[in-house]
Amino acid sequence: MPDPETWLRSTPKGLFCEPGNFTIDPTSAVDYAVVTHGHGDHARPGNNHVLATPGTIAIMRSRFAGEAGKNLQPMAYGEAVKLGDVTVRFAPAGHILGSAQAVLEYKGTRVVVSGDYKRRPDPTCPPFEVVPCDLFITEATFGLPIFRHPSDRGEIHRLLASIKVFPERTHLVGAYALGKTQRVIALLRREGWERPIWLHGALLGLTEVYRQQGCDFGELRPATDSDAAEMKGEIVLAPPSAINDRWSRRMGEPIHAVASGWMAVRARARQAGAELPLVISDHADWDELTETIREVGAPKLWVTHGNEEALLHYATGLGIEAKALSLIGYEDEE
Amino acid sequence: MKRFAALLDQLFYQPQRNAKLRLLSSYFASAPDPDRGYALAAMTGDLTFQHAKAGVLRNLAAERSDPVLFSLSYDYVGDLAETVALIWPTKVSDDTEPPTLGTIVETLHATPKAKLPALLAGWLDRLEPAGRWALIKLITGNLRIGVSARLAKTALAALGNLDAGEVEEVWHALEPPYRELFAWLEGKGPRPDATGRAAFRSPMLAHPLDVNDLPGMDPAAFMAEWKWDGARVQIVGEGARLRLYSRSGDEMTATFPDVVDRAPGDVTLDGELLVMRKEGIGIFADLQQRLNRKTVSAATLKDYPVGVRLYDLLFEGPEDLRGLPFVVRRARLEAWFAKAPRPGFDLSPLIPFANWDELALKRKAVADPGVEGVMLKRADSVYVAGRPAGQWYKWKIDPKLVDAVLMYAQRGHGKRSSFYSDYTFGLWRGDELVPVGKAYFGFTDAELLELDRWVRNHTVNRFGPVREVERGVVLEVAFEGLQRSTRHRSGIAMRFPRVSRIRWDKPYQEADQLATLEKLLPAKA
Repeated sequence: MPDPETWLRSTPKGLFCEPGNFTIDPTSAVDYAVVTHGHGDHARPGNNHVLATPGTIAIMRSRFAGEAGKNLQPMAYGEAVKLGDVTVRFAPAGHILGSAQAVLEYKGTRVVVSGDYKRRPDPTCPPFEVVPCDLFITEATFGLPIFRHPSDRGEIHRLLASIKVFPERTHLVGAYALGKTQRVIALLRREGWERPIWLHGALLGLTEVYRQQGCDFGELRPATDSDAAEMKGEIVLAPPSAINDRWSRRMGEPIHAVASGWMAVRARARQAGAELPLVISDHADWDELTETIREVGAPKLWVTHGNEEALLHYATGLGIEAKALSLIGYEDEE
Repeated sequence: MKRFAALLDQLFYQPQRNAKLRLLSSYFASAPDPDRGYALAAMTGDLTFQHAKAGVLRNLAAERSDPVLFSLSYDYVGDLAETVALIWPTKVSDDTEPPTLGTIVETLHATPKAKLPALLAGWLDRLEPAGRWALIKLITGNLRIGVSARLAKTALAALGNLDAGEVEEVWHALEPPYRELFAWLEGKGPRPDATGRAAFRSPMLAHPLDVNDLPGMDPAAFMAEWKWDGARVQIVGEGARLRLYSRSGDEMTATFPDVVDRAPGDVTLDGELLVMRKEGIGIFADLQQRLNRKTVSAATLKDYPVGVRLYDLLFEGPEDLRGLPFVVRRARLEAWFAKAPRPGFDLSPLIPFANWDELALKRKAVADPGVEGVMLKRADSVYVAGRPAGQWYKWKIDPKLVDAVLMYAQRGHGKRSSFYSDYTFGLWRGDELVPVGKAYFGFTDAELLELDRWVRNHTVNRFGPVREVERGVVLEVAFEGLQRSTRHRSGIAMRFPRVSRIRWDKPYQEADQLATLEKLLPAKA
């Protein structure tokens, strides 16, 4: 069995697979890209060929229109394609709509590139699938044992409880446009919030993509043209950058909530201007990262980005040969 | 404990005073006894634990986690209580029932030191991170959630539709968990009896005078005295007890032994705490050497001797004088003081005047740096808590003005968050602009919008949240006084600077020189 070091290497453009001649989540345009999911730091415009799940392709089309890539090749979870001498298939990553782990097989060796992932249920995408492998390449955004996300149900209930205490104030929730927004909407619906939910203009397009892929969100309204009186006691979602910005002034005195895994750390929450930090994350927390490492059973672990130091220490303690790739260009934002 | 933890969490993140009050009132109204009483005690600083300390928790967390992981985590979070709360390895499901706050407090008091670690570990196992954080904060005693004792009492008083002052009057008769206090506020019990406890009496406050109202006011109905620039205090002697309170009811007895030792035992006095030296009273900066300290050294006592300038007499023996007119109380104060003069105390003199013009002239001519303005009190005013309309007025000395250049701006808090509303301004020293102070109020909402837009469009540099702006805007800054300061690059600290006008008309090169300000400084001590 060839050592993955000999056929998979990190380059300035991302993780390059030599015998398949493709790059995974290239940070700048390449001839052949395998894209794990639609977030801007993983899916970028201008590639010649793109292999991704149908959900990811729909997201890329919505974001990049004609620049999404010359030849977009959708491949469903579980299907396989041969690229050069390498077989590639996608397994659900549970991160956002369309998110996938790339499973690469070459001469009897299996490598799993996790992309970004989480292990807990998400109503907007299928759950993470454990794929046993010889090398597991993981993210480590929340790779410290202080990050142990609470249940999303409890966090949504904190938001609903705040509306009961402050029924005259708009609750403005900062959430990333792709993934977090749609998950928060779906969670609110699941917990019985039946009022219309207002959305900042920047969130409308991607939410529509989710809807077309089969998500039912109930009544959504654009927040931009509404007046303050109408939004009292209502939930408005906006990109995190907008909650402390001029845009939010139209709402009188809104309660600023932010939905992100970073909200677990008080200083981070205050920096984000959150009065109501909601720890809702689309990334694996420490327990999920370590559980996944144990379950895939790979003797080798590479860590792409995030807080890798603690995770390397942990994996080494399990007898796993672990190293940091320190890939540049992937953000810690969520 | 879940509700207490949620409350602390919400208070921690909530910047607005009114919203904090709402959170507190809603908690006090619905949380059960004795939990709410212990929560109140935690916020007023009346809850201490002898054995449970931060170190115990640190050891517990270190025992239960890998040392490398603990140190990486601590390094990342930067706060021990929070690191322990987050790294604690037990995962709790939503329906785990943690112990109640009441159980926790009472058990902590009853548990010997040796058994504490196991006890705390057991609780931490049953709490989620916000609950663990709350437990650690409770034990280590410094909540740091932006709630003063006064704010907690204000929220509490709202339960019974009362003023915080009425809670203050019975406060010192009570102990955690304050069952009889809650019962009284909820109309289920009698008013707690505070006789003999030297309780704080909420002070009477003044409205700022609008000079346009002066012609309509009858000078004969008012008495005037100087408004001294110190700290308003109340001295309460009752039975064997003697307490010194700040204007907001915080007890200061322990840090002012020089006042307390010489204070009379059987009266309640309203006055101004001032640094008093043979050569006269000190400026406010001197008094600051004595305020907000936990302990006071012999050297500080000697260098900054304080005394009290008396304004009013509220109780003489058991007799409550507050229902009498000011003119009568004043006569009683003078008579009492004549019988019992004592070092470290004097009377705030009355200012005789026949008409408003005469008083205005005296106000204008006053040269004492310890005078902040003139107080006008209706001769027939009874002493009531708060700020009743039409009774007392403060007529401050006109502020001094300086034209300064806007240099840096930062976003404000609460209502003004998202606006650049905190302005650092500077004055010229030759070709150089020297930052002199910071102002964050004084302008209208419309002016704020204009300034905010100007700042965003003229930023030349960013330092974290701070924006450096182009030179261009001149702010007319009003201030109350100046002090020498080694902490400021200009060597000057301003008292109460605020924006009085935006001088869009004035070229920034023509703003004032720092030397102009230096001339106004008090002579070096």
